[in-house]
This record gives sequence, structure tokens and C-alpha cells, in this order.
Amino acid sequence: MTEHGSIIYLEGVTVDYDGFKALNNLNFIVNHRELRVVIGPNGAGKTTLLDVISGKTKPAAGRVIFGKDQDLMGLREYEITQLGIGRKFQAPSIYGNLSVWENLDLSLSRPSKGVFATLRGTSTPAEREEIDRTLETIGLQEQVRKRAGSLSHGQKQWLEIGMVILQDPELLLVDEPVAGMTDEETEQTGRLLQSLAEKHAIIVIEHDMEFVRQIARTVTVLHEGTVICEGTVEKVQADDRVREIYLGRQKVAHG
Amino acid sequence: MDESHHRMKLLIGIGLLAACLGWCATGSVAAEAQTNVSPSPPLEQALADLSSEVDGTREQAVRLLIEQGDAALLPRLEELRGNADRSLRMAIKPVIDTWRNHANLASPDADTRRTAATDLGMSGRPSAIPWLQAAAANESHRWVRYAMEESALLLQLASDNPAGQQQAAAKLGDMRSQNAVPALQALVQTVAGEPATAEQKALAQTATAAIERIESWNVWSSTIETLFRGISLSSILLIMSLGLAIVFGLMGVINMAHGELMMIGAYATFVMQECFKLYAPESWFDSYYLAALPAAFLAAALFGLILEATVIRFLYGRPLETMLATWGVSLILIQGARMYFGDLTAITAPSWLNGGAQVLVGVFLPFNRLFIIGLSILSVIGIYALLFRSSIGLRVRAVTQNRSMSACLGIPTRKVDAYTFAFGSGLAGIAGWALTLVGNVEPGLGQNYIVDSFMVVVTGGVGKLAGTIIASFGIGGLNKLMEPSLGAVYGKVLILVLVILFLQRRPSGLFAAKGRHAEG
Amino acid sequence: MFWIVGFVLLFVLPILNVLPPEDSWLHVSDFALNRFGKFLAFAILALGLDLIWGYAGILSLGQGVFFGIGAYCMGMHLMLTIGNQSVYGSALPDFMVWNQVTELPFFWKPFYSFSAAVLAGLLAPACFALIFGFLAFRSRIRGVYFAIITQALALMAWLVFNRNETNLGGTNGLTDFKALLGFRLSAPGTQLALYVVTVLCLGGAYAMCRWIIASRAGRVLIAIRDSEQRVRFSGYSPATYKLFVFVVSAVLAGLAGILYVPQVGIITPAQMGVLPSLEMVVWVAVGGRATLVGAIVGAVGVNLGRSILTNSFPELWPFFLGGLFVVVVLLFPDGVMGIAKQVRARLAERAVRLPKTQAVEGEQV
Repeated sequence: MTEHGSIIYLEGVTVDYDGFKALNNLNFIVNHRELRVVIGPNGAGKTTLLDVISGKTKPAAGRVIFGKDQDLMGLREYEITQLGIGRKFQAPSIYGNLSVWENLDLSLSRPSKGVFATLRGTSTPAEREEIDRTLETIGLQEQVRKRAGSLSHGQKQWLEIGMVILQDPELLLVDEPVAGMTDEETEQTGRLLQSLAEKHAIIVIEHDMEFVRQIARTVTVLHEGTVICEGTVEKVQADDRVREIYLGRQKVAHG
Repeated sequence: MDESHHRMKLLIGIGLLAACLGWCATGSVAAEAQTNVSPSPPLEQALADLSSEVDGTREQAVRLLIEQGDAALLPRLEELRGNADRSLRMAIKPVIDTWRNHANLASPDADTRRTAATDLGMSGRPSAIPWLQAAAANESHRWVRYAMEESALLLQLASDNPAGQQQAAAKLGDMRSQNAVPALQALVQTVAGEPATAEQKALAQTATAAIERIESWNVWSSTIETLFRGISLSSILLIMSLGLAIVFGLMGVINMAHGELMMIGAYATFVMQECFKLYAPESWFDSYYLAALPAAFLAAALFGLILEATVIRFLYGRPLETMLATWGVSLILIQGARMYFGDLTAITAPSWLNGGAQVLVGVFLPFNRLFIIGLSILSVIGIYALLFRSSIGLRVRAVTQNRSMSACLGIPTRKVDAYTFAFGSGLAGIAGWALTLVGNVEPGLGQNYIVDSFMVVVTGGVGKLAGTIIASFGIGGLNKLMEPSLGAVYGKVLILVLVILFLQRRPSGLFAAKGRHAEG
Repeated sequence: MFWIVGFVLLFVLPILNVLPPEDSWLHVSDFALNRFGKFLAFAILALGLDLIWGYAGILSLGQGVFFGIGAYCMGMHLMLTIGNQSVYGSALPDFMVWNQVTELPFFWKPFYSFSAAVLAGLLAPACFALIFGFLAFRSRIRGVYFAIITQALALMAWLVFNRNETNLGGTNGLTDFKALLGFRLSAPGTQLALYVVTVLCLGGAYAMCRWIIASRAGRVLIAIRDSEQRVRFSGYSPATYKLFVFVVSAVLAGLAGILYVPQVGIITPAQMGVLPSLEMVVWVAVGGRATLVGAIVGAVGVNLGRSILTNSFPELWPFFLGGLFVVVVLLFPDGVMGIAKQVRARLAERAVRLPKTQAVEGEQV
């Protein structure tokens, strides 16, 4: 049974890559309006977790329930997106040959994204306003007519965040949002995520512990495809097993 | 069907050639002997009668010469034929054939003996039965002995002694003799047509049983031959696809001029052959083919290197454009070859690849096909060794898996690309070298198999040798398996449908990389 | 620009064909107009190819198949209207008499009707593209894989149409047409009318492609070329969009085939095989991808060059074509339109004498 009020519910999820279990009987629950940070060493299965939720990877076993009772297994990525799950990739993923405006316009949540609707559809004033508002949030008003491919790395990251916001998802999946950002940008991103969490549920994957401390209320630690610890930052940092994983790893890595 | 027909023709041609040579030898021996022994008076008379204009006389003389003559008559007959008119030549021919074949049963050459036996079997002259039986008793070569026994039995089958016929029919059935089927069928039909005696009925029954046994064996032998043809075509596809697949795995590039690199290999072989014809002693001629191997490899590899350096390297990361540009190159190469070499250029296969091995009744495996199968196995082993047992191979595999990481580790990825491309091109050259054995050397040579080999690469997937091998045998084998029932064209159509359906389940081929690098 | 070119094609050229005396330098000969009509038919096909390759980034090496299907549909109708005027005087097409076919095969029967033939010429390629595309795009076959599969498709179609037992005329194809809708095809007036119809169809096809590209769907196509994954995670189904544009391009190819046959008077499998299909891609590449106008320019230009070169140096054409491909791909990836744009930009720069702005302004499509 799904826990009442959860936005995403994973039970016994296993992903098998030719014998390597990227996720191993994973159980994972995020509630409405929760900002959850997922940490873990390389290869722990963090990105695979997002892949499973967003439909990019089909698990070999387990259940994935979105909202009250929406089974996500067997749905295609765009169907899952239309249900209200947005995803921001680690490397900026935008449309380089379209302008910033067009990038945002395509992402905007609309009742139908089928061929015939988009052939006829024009933007309503309300939609334009919403795009304008988002442009302000991500600070790209000046670049609105620019080809997105010509933006700087940070601007691309922001553009992709804007695109995901415009999808108005109930659940946002964010993969290492601050990689390659300056300190100032990092802080801005943190504030943005926190403000978004007032309306949406967010799952953030992050390595930067500084940033995790800034934004996190609840942290989940993944290791070898399973959850080994969940709780506040303090609790997680005090956990012996977590220390072992990280320190043990570090020993190997630097030794 | 057509192919085996050709092969038969070739075989018969070679046999006849050998027969002539053999006959020349025996002829000269006979000529020496002739000075001592002159034919007996009745034969002498018959020889004279041959020139008679009276029809009856001539026929009688022919019959006499066949029944009572011997091989010693051959020089005299030849002499007669030399200055004879057409009708006389026609009349003498059976006499000459009979005695020549008789003499050839003792030839040192196995193919000559076999051809002589087969000819005698078809001549319908019962007088040849004892010769054949005698020859078979001394014969050491399994398939020549088979031909002799078969011929003797065929003659016995054609005789008018029902007991002998029945025995022959049963034995031919035991031997699974394919040549006997028409005669046996004729026997069954004559019996069916009119009121038959019990003896005839028994004979017909034996014949029917024999036909059944032969035909059920035919199903087997044709299955084996089909399989062999499938494996042989697959081997050609495999040699072609290996180079293509390695380059595709490494650089993500499909070289549409790959077929033309093959053509270059084939023309290199041709040029080597011409050089040997012009500058080397005749006895060396057969070795041109071996000398052409490095030439074909190097010519194609060099061309690949140039192609990589002038076109492909500038299109890195744009695989579709690369396809188009290399297609342009292929057009130029085809037309260039057409203008320089002309449309058709013949290759004479080295004599040691002529003929073939008979392994079972009705199953004949040509040496050139066996050679290609062997070559494909060697190529796979060679590539495996190079990729997985050498430091160069390690680099190639590293770049295939993660280009930027390899570059960071100091692997010269540009050089790896260039050399791998050249190597893949060289493999195409080897494929062209091998193809000269089974087809003409012509400018469009590469186009015949190229779409199939693209399909192999697509079906096989990226970066795994096993995928290419399995896909080659899948596509090549299916091609040949479906040919008898569907015809070559619809067989190909069905294969395309199957490949598309297959890609439904595995869109990036048999052995696609899975996991986090799966989607680039 | 659209209207000026349209005006020239639709009115000026036909008037120059009809009005000036034949020895005047202004006169456009019947032959030239007819040949130009053929090029314009090719241009319709090129528009579809540009839509799918230029915009959505899907390289189809099998457009010749759709062209061929359209052309054969029209050819079958023209074949049947010959009636008893054929060489053998039979109601059956000559090649059937030759192949000892005694009864018209069932699938030929609807083609007695002109409208059915035209409808089939548009719908058959569409259905074929729908099925093929559905299977291909659903399983995410793309890029090089898609190109090769479509090339195999072209090979298969060529093989099948070459067979005599498919009752499509075998290697010799369909030819010896006499009349279309009662008008003799050899009459200059009929050819002029066909030319005008071709121009109108080209105009219509161009307008439709423009409309598609200008819509949000057009931007989704470009988005698919840029990042198919992002498109999925923006809530669009790339497969559906690809299928749509693939079907549109197939219909345009079919239309080109329908218009081609009565103007050229023959259709054989040689026009739908691997090589012609690849050549169609050259047209778009030479003209300039993702510009629509470039597709038209390329189709007309390359074919014009072809007919000039094959007349005077038939042996050199493959060199020229191959070289053209290499050079365009390597040096002028944006084709003629790209060069024109660069030249215009240079001229403008020189005129205004202003330094170039550092950022590339987004191209508003």
C-alpha cells in the first residue's frame, strides 16, 4: 500500500545492468512538498534512481507509484512528464538551435502536446506572462532572443531549470544542479530550490555537502543500490555506516 | 541451383581437359606399340568399312569396332577422323569415345578416371560393364570407385536382363545414386503403362523403393549444401563487416565507401595477376594469389588512411554527414575504376583452389568456398588477438568505450582513429581479395554485398566482435536458407522485415552497451 | 520573394513559352519547360526531405521508394488508359501480354479511375511510411541506424519492382503512355498544363512546409534534432512527431512521383533504388538544409547540372556528383543558401561598417 500523502513511492526496485545491480531492492518514499536530497558515493545508484522515476530506465522488479495510485511502470518518458514529473539533467540539456524563448515556450505545460495541437496552437497572453515571470526568476530576460546554444554554461543550467519550472511538475528531479557553478550562483540555486519546495516536491542529487547543508531537511544516503540511512543532515553525518562508506572510499581513493 | 550448375560445368570442363591430356599420353604410348601389333584382319576390314558410303556397312563396322576392338585402335581412328567428312566423323565418334574412356579408366589422374567412368555409364553399352567392374576393384579413390560402380550398375539397369536390372536398381538405391533417378523413373513408367508380368512388377517395386531412398537422401544432401552455401556467404559478409563494424564501434561512422575499398583490394589482386603474367615465369603464376594478399591489404589500407585524413576526420561527430561524404567518394571510385579498368576484368583462380572436395554422395564442397570460410575464421582470430591481446588493441578498446577519458589518459585518439580506420579498410581489401575467387572483378563489386553488410553492422551492434559474427551468420544464413523456397528477392525482403522486428526488441543491436553510457 | 518567384514560374515562363516566336531569344522551348517541370516535381520531394532531414535531423535514404510508389500509381493509370492503342492491341498493358498474363491483376483494377490513382499515389506512400516509421521510431531506431534501414528498404523496393511476377513491368517499368484524362501527352498544351499544375503543387507544398515549420510543431522538430531526450522530458513524444514528419515527407515524395510520370513518360525501378534515393539527399544538401528554399534550389540546380553534364560528358557525371557531395558536406555544410547568407552578411557589413556583434543572434524560424 502506498503511504498516505506520498508523491513518489518506490518498493523493491531492482535495476540490473548485465549482472551489475545499479539498484538493489530499493525502497524510497518522498512526501508532498518535500525537498529531499539524495547523496552517496559514485556508483551508488543515484542517477539510476532518477532514471527509474522518470521512465528512462525500466526496472527489472519492483513498484513505482506516483501520487495516490498512479503506477509509473511501463509508461514512457513523455507520458510520465505529462503526469507532472520534471527532470533537470546533470549536464545542461537544452535545445541549442532554438532561442531562449522558444526553449521555454516548448517546455511550458499545456493540455496537449500532440502533433495536431502544436501545429495549430499559439501562445495565450497568460502563457506569455508565465514565461516572462520565469525568465525573471532565472535571470535571462536579456538573452530571450539569443540562440540557447550560445549561452554560457551557468546560463544553460538556469535555462534548463526554468524549462523544468514551466512544466509545473508536482515532482522535480534535479541531478547535481550546482556542478560547475560559482559560489554565488550556488547560493541562488539553493534559494530557488527552497522556494520551489513550497509548492512542489523535489528530489535533489548532490555531492557538495556545503550545498546539502544549505538546502536539506531530509537526506537519503544510497550505497550500492540500497538506502542505508535516512534523516536530517546531522543524523546522517553521525551515522557510523555512512562514515565508513565515505571514509573507506576516501582511503581507497587517496591511498 | 545456377551456381552448382556452373560448378558442374566447370568440373566437367576440367575433366574433359584432363581426359584429353591423359589421352594424348596414352595415345603416344599406343603409337609406339602400334609398330609391333597391327589389328586383326576383321578389325582391319571394319576400319576400311568405316569409309564405306553404304549405311549398313558402316554401322556394322562401328558395332564391330566397339565390341571387339581395343585402345590400340585409337591412333588409327584419329588418323581416319583427321581427313574425314562430317558424317564419318559422327560415325567414328562413339568408337573413339568408347576406347578413349576405356583407356582413361587407367589414367593416373583421378578426375580423368571419374569422367571416363561417368561417360561410359551414360553410353549405354553393356560391354563396358566388365571394364568398369575391373577398374573399380583396383580403384583406391573413394569417389572414383563410387562413379565406376555407379556406371556399371547404370549399364546393368539398362540391360534387358530383369534379374540383373532388379539387382542394379536395389544397389543404386543403396548407393543413393542421383544419376540413376531418371533411369529408374523411366523403368517404373514403362511398367505402369502396360500389363506387366510379376517379374516386371517386382522390378518396378524395387525401382520405386530405390527412388524413394535416393530422394530422401537428396533432401539431406541439398540441406547440407544449402547450409554450406549459407556459411560461405556468411563468411564473405563477415570479412566485409568486420572492418566496418570496428570502425563503427570506434568512431560511430559508417563508411559507405567500404564496398569500394573492397573493390580496390580486388583490383590490387587483378593487377598482381597481370604483373605475374607479364614478368614472372609461368610456373610461378599460381603464387600471384598469395602475393596479392599483402598488396590488397596495403592498397585498401593506404586508401583508407587517405580517406580518413582528407574527409572523415573533418566530420568527426557528424555520422550522417560522414555517410554522405563517403558515399560521394564511393561514386568517384566506382566511376574511376570503370574508366580505368573497363567493365569486366577476369581473375584466374590459382589452380590449387580449383575443384573441390566431395564429402558425401551428392555433397560437393568447392575449395574456393572452403578457403573463404577458413579465411573468415582466421580474420576473426587475428582481430581478436589484435584487439584483446595487444597494447594497440587495448587503446582501441579504450577509445571505443570512452573517448574523452582515453584522451585524458594520454592516448592519442586521433592516431588510434586513423590507424583503426586504415586497418578496417585493409580488412575490406582482404575481403575484396577473397571475393575474386567467387565473382568477377568489376567496378560495382562492392555494391553487391554492401547493404547486407550494413545490416550486419546494425544488427550486430556496436563494439562487440560476437555481435558482428552472429549477425553475419544470421543474415547470410537466412539469405541462403530462404532462397530455395522464397527466391532471392523475397528472401531479402523477409530479412529486412526480420531485422526491423529484431530492432524493435534491441534497437541498438545484439550487443549494445547497457548502463549509464548507453545513451550518449 | 515567394510571390515573385511564384509569379515568374507560374506566368512568365509559360507566357514566354506560348507568346514569343520560336526563334526569339525570349522563347522558352516546350522541351525546356517540360524539363523544368520535372525538376520542380523533384523540388516537391526535396521539400519533404528537407523537412525530415534538415529540421528533424532524420536522414532517410529511402525517399526514392515513396517517390516510386507515387509514380507507379500514376503510371498504372496511364498504362490502363492506353487501352487498345498498345503495340499488341490488347486491353492489357503490353508487358503483361509479353509475360503471358491473361487477366488484369486485381490490384490494377482501381487504377482505371484517375482520382483513385492520384489518391493511391498519395495514400500508399503515407501508409507505407506510417507502418515503417511506426516500427522504426517506436523502438528508437535513429541516426545511422535509421539511414541504413531505409537504404535497405530502397534496395528491397528496387528488387521487388524489378520482378516480373509483381506485374509492375519489371526492369522496363511502365512507359508508352498516350493520354491523361483524354489529353494527348505528346501535345505541348498538355505538357504546359502539367507544368502549371506542378508549379501550383510546389507552391502549395512550400506553403504547407512553411506553416509546419512556423508552428510550435516545427520547433519541436528542431528540438528533436538538438536533444531528443529533452523533448521527451518536456512531455512530447518524439516518435509521434517523427512519424508525422516522415509521413508528410512520404506524401510529398508520392506527389512528386505522380507529377513526374506524365511529364517524363516513363517510370522504372531504376528511379527508386538506392542510388536515386541518395541523390535526392544531395539536392537538399547542395541547396542548404533546414531552409526549405534551399531544397528547391538544390533540386532544380543539381538536376539542371545533371542534364547539362550527362549530355556533354556522360562519363564525368558520377565524378561531379560524388565530388559535389564531398565538397558540400566538407566545406559548405549549409549549401547554397548558407553561402548566399554569408555573402549577404559580408555585403551588409561592408555597407554599414559596423563590427559584428559578438553573439550570434538566434535565428527566428
